[in-house]
Amino acid sequence: MLALRNVSKRFGGVVATDDVSLAVARGEVHALIGPNGAGKTTLIGQISGSLATDAGAILLESADITAWREHQRVKAGLARSYQITSIFRRFSVLDNLALAVQARSGSSFSFWRPVAAESALFEEARTIAREIGLAERLEASAGTLAHGEQRALEVGLALATRPKLVLLDEPMAGMGPEESHRMIALIGRIRASVAVLLVEHDMDAVFRLADRITVLVNGRVIATGKPEAIRADPEVRRAYLGDELAA
Amino acid sequence: MRKALFFAILLLIAFPVLMQWLGYLFYVSFASRVMIYAIAATSLNLVLGYGGMLSFGHAAFVGAGAYVSSILVAEGVASAWIGWPAAIAASALAAWIIGAISLRTRGVYFIMITLAFAQMMFYLVNSMKAYGGDEGLTLPRRAELGLGVDLASEVAFYYTVLAILLLALYALHRLVHSRFGRVVIAIRENAARVEAVGLPVYRYQLVCFVIAGAAGGLAGALLASHGKYVNPNVLHWVQSGTLMIMVILGGVGHLWGGVIGAAVLLGLEHLIADHRVAWLAEIAPNYQQHANLGVGIVLLAIVLFAPQGIAGLVTRKRNARP
Repeated sequence: MLALRNVSKRFGGVVATDDVSLAVARGEVHALIGPNGAGKTTLIGQISGSLATDAGAILLESADITAWREHQRVKAGLARSYQITSIFRRFSVLDNLALAVQARSGSSFSFWRPVAAESALFEEARTIAREIGLAERLEASAGTLAHGEQRALEVGLALATRPKLVLLDEPMAGMGPEESHRMIALIGRIRASVAVLLVEHDMDAVFRLADRITVLVNGRVIATGKPEAIRADPEVRRAYLGDELAA
Repeated sequence: MRKALFFAILLLIAFPVLMQWLGYLFYVSFASRVMIYAIAATSLNLVLGYGGMLSFGHAAFVGAGAYVSSILVAEGVASAWIGWPAAIAASALAAWIIGAISLRTRGVYFIMITLAFAQMMFYLVNSMKAYGGDEGLTLPRRAELGLGVDLASEVAFYYTVLAILLLALYALHRLVHSRFGRVVIAIRENAARVEAVGLPVYRYQLVCFVIAGAAGGLAGALLASHGKYVNPNVLHWVQSGTLMIMVILGGVGHLWGGVIGAAVLLGLEHLIADHRVAWLAEIAPNYQQHANLGVGIVLLAIVLFAPQGIAGLVTRKRNARP
């Protein structure tokens, strides 16, 4: 589905990602973990296309998308969510989702016909709102939602583009246990139809969801494998998991 | 709201008849000028208010329209059916070129580069000696509409401008509620996210910029026809600033923002300049030569106490739905 081949990114003298190779298979939840500053969000930016890649190649369904613009990648089925919530705060929940649905269904260079008349758009937006547990909040301004609801909408905006692969950058950031459980359940439901690359610090969530895990430290991949193998890997324990498991 | 709109339109239709009857024909001409500025400010509001693009060079498009239509009249092509579309096309082209370059920048750079382009055009027309240079171009007559409408008549001109203004407002209303309008507003709210749901931000902004430029060009053609005169000041950065002030006064991102802003600003200027207030004149004898001070105070009050502009004071707060 997605393959990174020796991908690197540097900001001035700082190497953010260094010779990263990884693959996400169809129907897989692939977790990307590592300490703060390991380059996880940079890598998400490179895959999604918001950051240019200095070296290496990114392949989506064996097409080389390294030079593609971000919106082209989304059209090809690659959507992302942000670690820091990025939604349309002054739009209602329904309008947020409808815009994302609109983006992938038909041309938006339509200047005269009211978008409100397109019931199909809003019907699909409602379906996604149900999926992410916001069916009761359709008319609320996104900015007035509780933190957990905003995080759900964040993921919903990515799902509304109907991706083949979704990049979720710390979807559970700042969530309480109950909200986290809801997010885990949501990812559990979508995995049937969408491949997921999941960046997450919540190790409970990672080990429950991931089919495979890649560990990134200082921009380099130090291990990739099944959750059990990663848990047992001495280098991973020393570099990252040690403190997490001890806590 | 619908009722208020109906009465406002009725009043605007009755206005010239009333003024003729009272013998104040000057005000018919003045109202035409206000409405032309309303069209120009409304077109800027599309870019500035709905699109969130801080264009400081909108006078370039108004000016391009004014000059192209005037040059055609000066060269003997008097038909508005040629002159006005030509003005629209020229301004759209200018907006396409300026937008294509400017929209690659953000924030203060965008403000500066749009300003720079407008100033370049200002100096360009200044140097066009064949068409008056810095002295401007006086037209033998207004553009001709045909169809039995004589635009030389202030009343006929008024109704023509009124019809165009109402059409422009209706078009803006349709535009901001269309798919395209939703995207443009969403870009204002969060451009990175719009790109991340798969829409090419740059392309939408550019098309929006071109539409606004084209409408500004039409306003310019009307402005030149109205005064039978055009000079380079129509492209000066002060003119861009005036249009911006109108939008901010009236209501950024409000359908009626440009109209209210143009009416209030020009009305205020006229009031201060033409109606001497005795007690104020006693304190400051030449206060009328400094009308901008009064305008500045009003603008300051609006920005501080009504950031949504005058239109925002009337309509209640709601979601960013237009």
